[in-house]
This record gives sequence, C-alpha cells and structure tokens, in this order.
Amino acid sequence: MQTKVENNKAWFLVMPVFLIVAFSAIIPLMTVVNYSVQDIFDPYTRYFVGTEWFKQVMLDSRLHEALLRQFIYSFTILAIEVPLGICVALMMPTKGRGASVALILVAIPLLIPWNVVGTIWQIFGRADIGLFGAFMNGLGIDYNYSSNPTDAWFTVVLMDVWHWTPLIALLCYSGLRAIPEVYYQAARIDQASRWAVFRYIQLPKLANVLVIGMLLRFMDSFMIYTEPFVLTGGGPGSSTTFLSQSLVQQAIGQFDLGPAAAFSLVYFLIILLVCWVFYTTIMNMQKDK
Amino acid sequence: MTSSSTPISAKRTATKEQAPVYSRAERKARNANTRGRVGLVLYVIVLLLPIYWLVNMSFKTNTEILSGLSFFPADFTFDNYAKIFSDSTWYMGYVNSILYVSMNMVISLLVALPAAYAFSRYRFIGDKHMFFWLLSNRMAPPAVFLLPFFQLYSSVGLFDTHIAVALAHCIFTVPLAVWILEGFMSGVPREIDETAYIDGYSFPKFFVRIFIPLIRSGIGVTAFFCFMFSWVELLLARTLTSVDAKPIAAIMTRTVSASGMDWGLLAAAGVLTILPGMLVIYFVRNHVAKGFALGRV
Repeated sequence: MQTKVENNKAWFLVMPVFLIVAFSAIIPLMTVVNYSVQDIFDPYTRYFVGTEWFKQVMLDSRLHEALLRQFIYSFTILAIEVPLGICVALMMPTKGRGASVALILVAIPLLIPWNVVGTIWQIFGRADIGLFGAFMNGLGIDYNYSSNPTDAWFTVVLMDVWHWTPLIALLCYSGLRAIPEVYYQAARIDQASRWAVFRYIQLPKLANVLVIGMLLRFMDSFMIYTEPFVLTGGGPGSSTTFLSQSLVQQAIGQFDLGPAAAFSLVYFLIILLVCWVFYTTIMNMQKDK
Repeated sequence: MTSSSTPISAKRTATKEQAPVYSRAERKARNANTRGRVGLVLYVIVLLLPIYWLVNMSFKTNTEILSGLSFFPADFTFDNYAKIFSDSTWYMGYVNSILYVSMNMVISLLVALPAAYAFSRYRFIGDKHMFFWLLSNRMAPPAVFLLPFFQLYSSVGLFDTHIAVALAHCIFTVPLAVWILEGFMSGVPREIDETAYIDGYSFPKFFVRIFIPLIRSGIGVTAFFCFMFSWVELLLARTLTSVDAKPIAAIMTRTVSASGMDWGLLAAAGVLTILPGMLVIYFVRNHVAKGFALGRV
C-alpha cells in the first residue's frame, strides 16, 4: 500500500459523488424511516405508533421463514457460483481470438434484463415445450417446477447459477490476468504441481477480487426479486418466496406502508451487518500485507 | 477456440527449446490445458442452451411454440421482429433504454473519476466511512424504496424523464465505479503525479492529459459494469417512467394480454435486448482481459 497524503480539500473531489448519491439515497431513506413509525391510512391521515411495527415485524413467523429461506438460498448459490466461477476463469484462454470469443459468450447471461431471464427459464423448464423440462423427464425424473416445491427451488438456484456465475468468472479472469508471468516461471522451475500453483500463487492473488465478487453476489442475491417472481410467483405454496417478495406483497399487495417500511429497514440492517463484516475483513487483509 | 490455441502453444514451446523433449510437469500442464478447453466448451454450450431456446422461439409462431417441443422452427417467421420494428412504442423502448443507460454511464464516470482519485491519493476526514457508505447504497432493498423514489422525483418535476432513471441508477453504479476506479488508480505510482506537477502541469491538465490515458482500461471496464447494471434493472426504471421514457424491459410486460402471453414477440424482444450489450462487451473486451491487471479489483 502506498502512503497517502493528508489533505482535507480532497472532499471537493468527492463532493459530486456525495451529492448525486445523497440526492437519491438519503431523502428516500428518511422517508422510509418516517413511514416506519406511523400508521398510514392516506397521505393526510397518519398516526405516530412508535416502534409498534418493528415489534410486529420481529415477531412475524412468515418473515422468519422467508429470512431463513433467504439465507439458505444466498449461501447455496455462493457455494456453487464461487468455485464454478473460479474454474471457468481458469479454463478461459488468455490470448488471441479465443479469448475475445470466450469473453463475449460467457458475458451474455449478464446482459439480459432480469424479467427476460425469468421468462426464458419459465419456458425452458416446462416439460411440454421446454428443453430442460423435457430433458429432466427424459431422464426419468418427474420434474415440474410449478407444482413441486423441491423442483421449483432447484430451478431458481439453477437459474441464478446460470445467470450470475459469469460475473464471478469475469472478475476472476481479470484477477488472474494481474499475476505476473515471473511467478509461473518460478513455479515451473520448481516443478510445482498444478494444484500447488493454484493454491499458493493464483488463489492468494484472487482473494481481493473474490471478496468483492462475493460481496456483490451476496447483496444482489439477498435482494433477488424479479427472476423468481416471473418464474414461479413465489410458489408453489411459499417455497420460493424470498424476502423481497414478502416485502412487495406487504407494501403493494396489502398497502401496509408502515410495517413494510419497518420490515425493509430491518432487512437493510441485516445486509449492512453482513457486508460490514466482509468489508472489515478486506481492510484487515490489506493491512496485513 | 481449440484450433487457435494449438498453434500458439506449439510456437511457444518451439522457440523455447528446439528438441520436443517435455518434462513430466510440462506434459501434465498440456493435458490439463486440453481438459480445460473441453470443460470450457461444455460450460459455454450449457450456458448458451437457454439463449438458443430464446432465439429458436423468436422465429416461431405462437401456436407452434405452444404445440410442443421442437429444436427448429418448422414455420420460420420474421413476424415477431417485424412487429417490433414497425411499432413505435416498441422500438422507442430500446431508444429510451439506450438513452438513459448512456446518460448513466457518462454521469457515473464523470463524478466517479475525481472521487476515486481522492480516495486513492489522499487521506481526509471520514474517507473510510464515506467509502463504505457509498457501497451501502447498493444494499437498500428497492421494493419499499420505490414509493419514496416516486415521490421524490415527482416533486422535483423529473418524473418520466430519462435523466430521472439515469440518476436513480447512479445509486448503484456510482459506488461500483468508484470502487473499481480506485483500484486502478492505486496501481498507478504516485511518482507520476509528482513528476507532472514539477514539470508544471496544473491538476486538471495532468488529470486529462496524463492520468486518464494511464487508466483507460479501467475506465473501459467501469463503463461496461455501469452499462450492465443499468441496462438490466427494471423495478426503478419502471416506477419512474410512464410514457415518454419507458424502458424496453417495462414495455415487454405488455405482451401479457387477455388471450395469454405473446411468447414469440416476447422472445424476439428479448433477443434484441442482448445485442447492444454484446456490442459494448465487444468494444471493451481487450480492456477486461488486461484491465484489472493494475489495482485492487
């Protein structure tokens, strides 16, 4: 790490970012805090209720279930996408036309709007007209994502892996490019095994990129809404109802603005806490170097 | 892919040592390379199957789509695409999306460049907190923030304009841009700044003439990430627009009608949403490959 110069005038350089983000972040956040302590009938009839909604949210068993489901989901996809993304990045060619072609092909799923991703899988997973559904049935598995909770869960996870592994792969690919050729030459002279090269050269160099990739994936998967909504609508039952969906059902479906606001603040704090732990880990890792 | 990689590796070994005598480790590495290529091809095929299904569907009529499984359109038709290109509400959706995504890219880069420079070069009051606060804006669940967003942008008269969506998307593109650019800038040695000042460059002149070309690749990568996250976002874009600035992703929800889904039209529209992104990644591909080489990310 380079030593930095103490200079409080640097705030002027940060000011535009601060203003532009604050405009879209602080005012809505304050509005939500305001909602969360009031009972709202219409814009002109509201009552102060204090922490009533927070109490209600904390004790709601449906939300506990959704939260548990959300954690299992987020950690499942992290456990699949991170190793898979690293493998894909290691396999991608480094030079020539092959590199560009691989890069473009791998990036394609990232460029599809989220509702279209849901729609693609909705068709793709159907047994009568979709390739994946037909394939599963061809294997002798009675697969139906719209009536069987396990299948629905499996399809949502598979869709997420398909959609987001490329992000991890692209980040790792660029991270791998940052390793100087000298390291590999040294490893060749020492006749290091491929595993040793990965374990002692590539993985440590990837650590920073991986933490950022995991952070991004964790945040986004924790807020996932559009894709499962389009694919299964949260069903069958509530097997694929994640936190965002419960929130939308409450805020827009029942128009309970107060409880929904309290809920989203609790939700925000959970993500903030997990990410703060990640962030301090990154910072400490960099200090150690 | 496989064909282009073979000559390169052959050439490399040929220049290094004349006789084709490979050590055990080298033979193993070559085998691993071949296995890697096979694995990659398999992964890409699996990755492209759903896309293939989408393209396949876009050339079919609705009756054919719903009649059963088929790998090729029996009744090949361009009707779905014709409908999109002949109806102004459809193709204006693409124009709107491209407009606000470009605005977002420009705004994000313009504000993130000086800020990232400040974070990478200076220590100032609250810098670490500010850095984390920026990231924390990515974590706000959009669902309940929609109504406050709507109120905020309506009250300042920005509702249903492109700039409103571009600004709203800044909430998650700007922090990412600052993070990535900061990584690149930290990779550039401070000595370059100091030499430039000694040579009599003013800060703005140094920044534009010397510094920006040095981190050009980082800017390319950042632009791609801004494009990607703004292009695929739907909830905010839909809430903040009604007619004039409606994005393509929101227009696609119109294909649900009383007679059921218009699958063919939806598929064609979906295929067209991928194309601009492919163009963007084509232009920044070389930057992605060597881009992150400098800094933290």
